[in-house]
Parts: sequence; C-alpha cells; structure tokens
Amino acid sequence: MNLRRLPLTREISLAVLVYLYVPVVVLIVYSFNANRTATVWSETSLDWYRKILVNPSIRDATWNSLVLATAAGIGATLLALAAALGMKSRFRGAGLVEAVLNAPLILPEVVVAVATLMLFVGIGIDMGLTAMIPAHIAFCIPFAYLPIKARLEGMNPSLEEAAQDLYANRFVTFRRVTLPLLWPGIMAGFTLAFVTSLDDFLTSFFLSGPGSTTLPVYIFSAIRAGITPEINAISTIMLIVSVALVVTSFLLGKMRR
Amino acid sequence: MSATSPFRRAGLVGPALLVVLILVGVPLGIMAWVSLLGRGATIGVDWQSAPSFANYTKLIWEEDFDGTLLFNPTYLSILWRSVWQAAATTVICVALGLPVALWMSSLSRGARDIAVLLITIPFWTNLLVRNYAWLIILREDGAVSKAANAVWPFGPVQLLYNDAAILIGLVYSFLPFMILPIYAGFEKFDWRLLEAAYDLGANRRRALTRVIVPLAMPGIIAGSMLVFIPSLGSFVTAAILGGGKSMMMGNLIQLQFGQSRNWPFGAAISVVLLALMMLVLMGIAIWKNRQERKT
Amino acid sequence: MTNAPSAITVQSVSKSFGRGDAAIRVLHDVSVEIGAREFFTLLGPSGCGKTTLLRLIAGFEELDSGSIAIEGARIDHLPPFQRPVNTVFQNYALFPHLTVAQNVAFALEMQNLSAAEVRRRAGEALEMVRMGSFAARKPSELSGGQQQRVALARALAPRPKVLLLDEPLSALDLKLRKEMQIELKQLQTEAGITFVFVTHDQEEALTLSDRIAVMQGGRILQLDTPRTIYERPAHRFVADFIGEINLLDGQVSGPGRVRLDCGAEIAVAADQTPGARVTVAIRPERAALAQSGALPAEVTHAAYLGTATILQLRLANGAPFLLRAASANLPEIGAQVSLHLPSDALQVFAA
Repeated sequence: MNLRRLPLTREISLAVLVYLYVPVVVLIVYSFNANRTATVWSETSLDWYRKILVNPSIRDATWNSLVLATAAGIGATLLALAAALGMKSRFRGAGLVEAVLNAPLILPEVVVAVATLMLFVGIGIDMGLTAMIPAHIAFCIPFAYLPIKARLEGMNPSLEEAAQDLYANRFVTFRRVTLPLLWPGIMAGFTLAFVTSLDDFLTSFFLSGPGSTTLPVYIFSAIRAGITPEINAISTIMLIVSVALVVTSFLLGKMRR
Repeated sequence: MSATSPFRRAGLVGPALLVVLILVGVPLGIMAWVSLLGRGATIGVDWQSAPSFANYTKLIWEEDFDGTLLFNPTYLSILWRSVWQAAATTVICVALGLPVALWMSSLSRGARDIAVLLITIPFWTNLLVRNYAWLIILREDGAVSKAANAVWPFGPVQLLYNDAAILIGLVYSFLPFMILPIYAGFEKFDWRLLEAAYDLGANRRRALTRVIVPLAMPGIIAGSMLVFIPSLGSFVTAAILGGGKSMMMGNLIQLQFGQSRNWPFGAAISVVLLALMMLVLMGIAIWKNRQERKT
Repeated sequence: MTNAPSAITVQSVSKSFGRGDAAIRVLHDVSVEIGAREFFTLLGPSGCGKTTLLRLIAGFEELDSGSIAIEGARIDHLPPFQRPVNTVFQNYALFPHLTVAQNVAFALEMQNLSAAEVRRRAGEALEMVRMGSFAARKPSELSGGQQQRVALARALAPRPKVLLLDEPLSALDLKLRKEMQIELKQLQTEAGITFVFVTHDQEEALTLSDRIAVMQGGRILQLDTPRTIYERPAHRFVADFIGEINLLDGQVSGPGRVRLDCGAEIAVAADQTPGARVTVAIRPERAALAQSGALPAEVTHAAYLGTATILQLRLANGAPFLLRAASANLPEIGAQVSLHLPSDALQVFAA
C-alpha cells in the first residue's frame, strides 16, 4: 500500500505536465509554419528562422541583451562574492543586512523599475545601457548571493585554518583554498544572475533608450503589434537555449554526485 | 579563524549593500515622496508642488466639476482584481501543486530527479514567451476557440482578453514555485512510517489529514508566498493576455509612467501595492508564529 | 629533557569566548612547559579547554592574556602561517580539490622550495606514512585511516618544530585506532619532534604519552607521567577520570586512620585532620581478598577477562566495590569475603 499514490494524484500530475508543455509544443510547431497567418498551416519551413537571422533589429537586441546580461552577471557576482565572504561570521544586524541584499527578490519588479526610472530622471542619467546595467546588477545581486552563501556555509571551516597552518597567508589561502572550493557556487551564482538579467523585461522596458532595446523588450513590442511567426521562432530559440542551460546544469550536478 | 574585523567586513559587504540601497532603497524613498506631489507638465512630476494625499484619494474618489467628491470604482476594481487574481492563482496552485508534489515523491529516485527537471524547465523559460504561448492557443481564430464555439450553444465565446485568460497565464507562470517547496517537504519524510501507521489501522482519510497535510503545510505557506507576491505585482500576464481591458495594478502603474504621464499617481499606486504586499507578509509571519507556538 | 630548552612555554594563558556578561572563561591562568621531542598529551572531558589551548598554540584563536613561546621565542602575536607548528585536525581537513600529493606538497610550496625539492620531500613524507602509492588520489577516494595518514604526512612534511594533534584518532574504529596509536608513537620517535596531542580517551593518553596534563574546567589539575597520574592521582577528579577506581567516603578517625561509611576502619598513609570528611581511592587491582579483615563484602557479579577476573562486590553500606583478581580460586557469587586494602595503595582526598 503506497499512500503517496492517493486516487487521482497521478492523473492530476499528468494533466499538469500536459498543461505545462502544450503551450511550449504549440509555440515550437508554429515556428516552422510557412504561412504568415499563423492560424493556417501550409507547410513546414525554416523561413522565419532565416528571417530573424538577417533582421538587424533582432540582431542588435540580442547583442544588447548579451552585453547587459554579461555585465550584470559579472558585476552582481563580484559584489555578491565579497558580501558573502563578509557575512561569514555572524554579527549584530546581519539579519537586516541580508534582508536588504535579498529585497529585490520579493519587491514587485514593476515598482522598483519605475522608482529607478524616477531616480535616473531626477539625477539626469540618460536611459540606455548606462541606466540598465547598474539597475540589473542591483536586482541580480540576491540571485548570485544565495548560491555563493550556501556554498560558503557548507564549507568546512578547518580547511582555511589548515591552509594558514601550512604557511599560506590570507591572500594565498583565499586563492588556493577558498576560491577553488567556492567555485561551483560562484558559477551557479553567475549563471543565475546572467539568466535573470537575460530574461528580464520590466526593468529594461522602463530604462532602455533608443538603440538599447533588449530581446525581451523587442519581443514585447512585437507581441503588442500582433502575433507573427517571427516571434515564435525567436521564442523557440530562447526556449531551446534555456532548456539547454537547465539540462546541462542538471547533468553536471548528477555527474558531480 | 579569528573573527572578521568590522572594517574588513564593511569593506566586503559595503559595496553590494550600497548598490542595493542606492538603486532600490533610494528610488523607493523618492517614489514615496513623489506619490505626494502633483503631476508635471513635461517629465511627469512637478517637483515644486505642495505635498498632499490627493493621489491616494484619487484611487477612491473622483472630484466633480464643482469640487464634490464622487465615489469612483474604476481604480478600486483594478486593485480588487489584482488581489483576487493573486488569491485565486494561489488557491489553484495549491490544488494542483499538492497532488503533483505527492505523486513526485512516490516515484523512484531517478524518476524524481527527472520530474523535478520537467517541472523546472518551463520556469526557466522567458516569462514573456510563456505568456505569449497562451496567446497563440487562446486566440480568436485558434483551434481551441473554434472548438469551444462549436460546442458552446449560447453565442460566441471569447477566450482571450478576460480574467480567465489572465488566471490561466498567472497559474502557468508561477505553478513551479508552489510544487517545489511542497515536494521538498515530502522528500525528506520517511514514508515507511506512514505505511506502518496504515498497517496499524489508520484509515486513508486520517492518514491524509494527520500526516500529509501537516507535512505539506510549511511548503504550502512558502509556496503561497512565492506565488501570491509576484502574482499581485505581475505585469506581463495581464499586458499580454488581458489586452487593454483586464488590467492589474502593475499595468495601471505602467500606464501612469507611459501614456498617462502621471508619475505621482503611478507612485501612489506603487505605494499601495507595496503596502498590500507588506500586509500579506506580516499576516503570514503572524500565522507562522502562532503555528510554532502551538506545537 | 632537563638540559634541552623547552619546545613550548605557555605562561599564564587565559581565554574567554563571548563578551560582557555572556563571556565564558575557557582557560584560567594556564601555564605549562613542554620539553623538546616530548609526546605531550592534553587530556580531559569535552569542554575542559584542551582544544582551545591547542588552537591558541596553532594561532587560530587569540590570547586574552599570558604568553606562548616556542624554543624561547614568543609566537603569540604571530598569525598561524608564521608559526613553526603544524596541526593534524580532528576531521583531517584535507583539501578536497587537491590530490594527496598536492595536499602534502602544499606547505612545501608555501616555503618557496624548488619544484624538485617539493616533490622529493612530499614523496618522503608520503612514504613515511606508507601512502606513496596513493599520491594521485583525491581525499574523497580514501578510507578514514588513509586520510588520517595523509593528514599526518601533510603536517610533518614541512618539518615543524611542534606537531599539534587535535583528537586525530577519534573518528577511527577501535582496531584501526590501536594500530594508528603504535604508528603515531613510531612516527614521533623517527621524526624526533615534539607532539602535543589532545584527547578525551584516557587509555590512549596513558599508552602514548611521555607526560599528560589532565584538564578540567579550564585548568590543569595534574601534570605528570602516565604512571604517576595513574598511581598517584592528585585529585579525586583525576583519579575518577583515569582508569577504574573505587572511591570510598569516610571520616578521619585518628592519625593515619579513616572510618569508612560502611563501618570499617582502615589504615592510610596520609595525615589528615581528625574529623575531616575524606574520600579514599584504590584501584581494583591494588585491593586483595583476605582470609579475614576489617572490610567485609559480598560478591555480586564476576566478569571473566582471561588473565584476570573483575569481581563486583557490595560493601556493608551497599556501596559497590570493584576488585581485579587472578582467575584462580575465586569465591562464588553470593559469598561473603574480606578485603585487604594496602595502605600504600590508597589515595586520600579531602572531600
């Protein structure tokens, strides 16, 4: 008698999986439809993929997204790494500091985005990458911080003591022992921050200027303009990239185990 | 290792803390201030205007030509929709998430990992793309619409641009946030204990109420927070699946900073949204506290 | 030992953790001299301050007051990486991302030796603990005993003046622990350096040490050779903590005489004020069965150990008494016997 197999749990679960994957499948299937009116299926074609490859606005938007995500990912990871190292020993007010660092996780993004817009307009910063990069770094910090902190907490504190005992000064201890041991956490933090920035729409929507449109902002305006097979094709590519990232990190995790 | 000195610690934690304070804390402060100001002619806010609560009263009352205040339900209905959409999303996510988490925990070790992967893949997909996929499915000339209209005898069925469409999109966006915490609670549990209890004559209903629900409760609370809060502040779903008709607070805020160019009013709605969120968080904290004291 | 300078001089060291009212004093004014090439053991129950004293010598904690010197030179202001001591950690603390060889070479590389010299000395250290064939493995691929050996090789490779060992054998099973005890002692003799060994296992301490400091509540209660500590414990706590012992309460009835609570009066070697409450201690193997004597007892249980038998006895007032006797001519269980307690085998502690 397996009590976890209560009546219907299996059926509901399968229905939920169908619910999760039907839209994904529909999206992919329609991206290969040759007909422009997305409702009518004429024949299988790669036309839309060819079109988006040569579309300069899409190319620029993709480039902007990658530049932004790389800058935000690196910036947030460096700041988060330093913060996690500083938070290693408990001190008074540590809870409050941690709450501030993690605040972007819980605050509604639309609110933070418009508030940042007001700050930048108030102090006269032009919209565009110069506005987006710092804003993205700020909300990516918790995504980079949490995995690094978790890794640091799981680390045996005697290892750093052992390094110092074996004549490594603080700097060498960090470089030869702490950093290599933290590395998986740092990479996980960077990946999370990078993907979060890459996926972000709202902050970029309010802070992007002429010429700094990111891919999600481009997709949003394209959706507003109407359903077209090009959006399906871009969405499919983004989906495949995301899935590839998740599956790779899953397999890497399995291997490490 | 000897404790980190306060200076070293400040040097390490300081930069990240400053970035978050300057780029999140300060803007929220500015927003609270702007919500008290008047609308500007060019940039959306008149920095020189005298502070007042006019933007907050505007949420409820409308000023008539002669200055009398009339009740105006337009904005309140949007506030109300945000709250009930977020609540309904949370309830549906619990109703779907609990059986799924239970089923996942009954799988073999390897199958469990794959089930977790299957649940997380959509969550890693871009939010816009996820909602856009539903736009394709529910659109007027789509197969689902045609089938629905063929079956439904009482006039044309509109699947898109209504509350139901938003609800489908919100559940779709946030369901993994509910499944995973509940599953985490089940995964640690030694189910042989329950099977032993069943052997000893506990019936299925008692097993459900005495064991499964208490076991799932921390996950349900955590999941509810992770679903309710982003649903309440969501923008993308209503913008894509609600059209211009069904708005949520996020969309109303965006509108004030976009076409309407009324920053102070947008700031006031933002403050109300933050306040609602705080209320929910406090409610959960109080409830949790009381639960802990009970045990 | 008398002529050589002290390897380690610990003088009036105090240490507290926490601040203000919440501060907990873990070491009270501890002083100790450890000789060169000595196998020195800090022994005590958990929380007695032994590990803190070791960590102060290694430099992982800072002193509140007092001083620590190695071969006469003060080191208490130096960071751990400038102290000529190495540590074998309780959980070994091998670097999981480095191979066995890289672990052992770590300190040698820090000393800026040539690559060839690093390789040679790391190899030597691994051979010394018979782990040469495991050089390319990662620590996670080794058993507990093998990790233990690598940790020893890593700490010995840079040829420290002092090796600190923090309960290094506690994670091993009994059989392995016995083997490693012998190896440790051999290694210490071969390497010819001072070992400071922390343990809560009194048997381990007695087997290995040249001298033992028995600690309790942040103080050293007794510092002496294993033999003296076993045979002449200076405190009731030391007597009780080390080995099996019978503790009998009583009152001094006259010069050199104590009336035990069970009613018997016995002769003791110590002079105590008449009327004072005292505890008389005697090891199970030092008491003997007698034809007739002042101390009657009843045999309640016998445990046969091969070479000897441990008899459990009950005295007239119900107090238990352990006696280690030769396995021949033993009384039956339930038999009434008399005990002889030689006065030179008795220790008397003021209550």
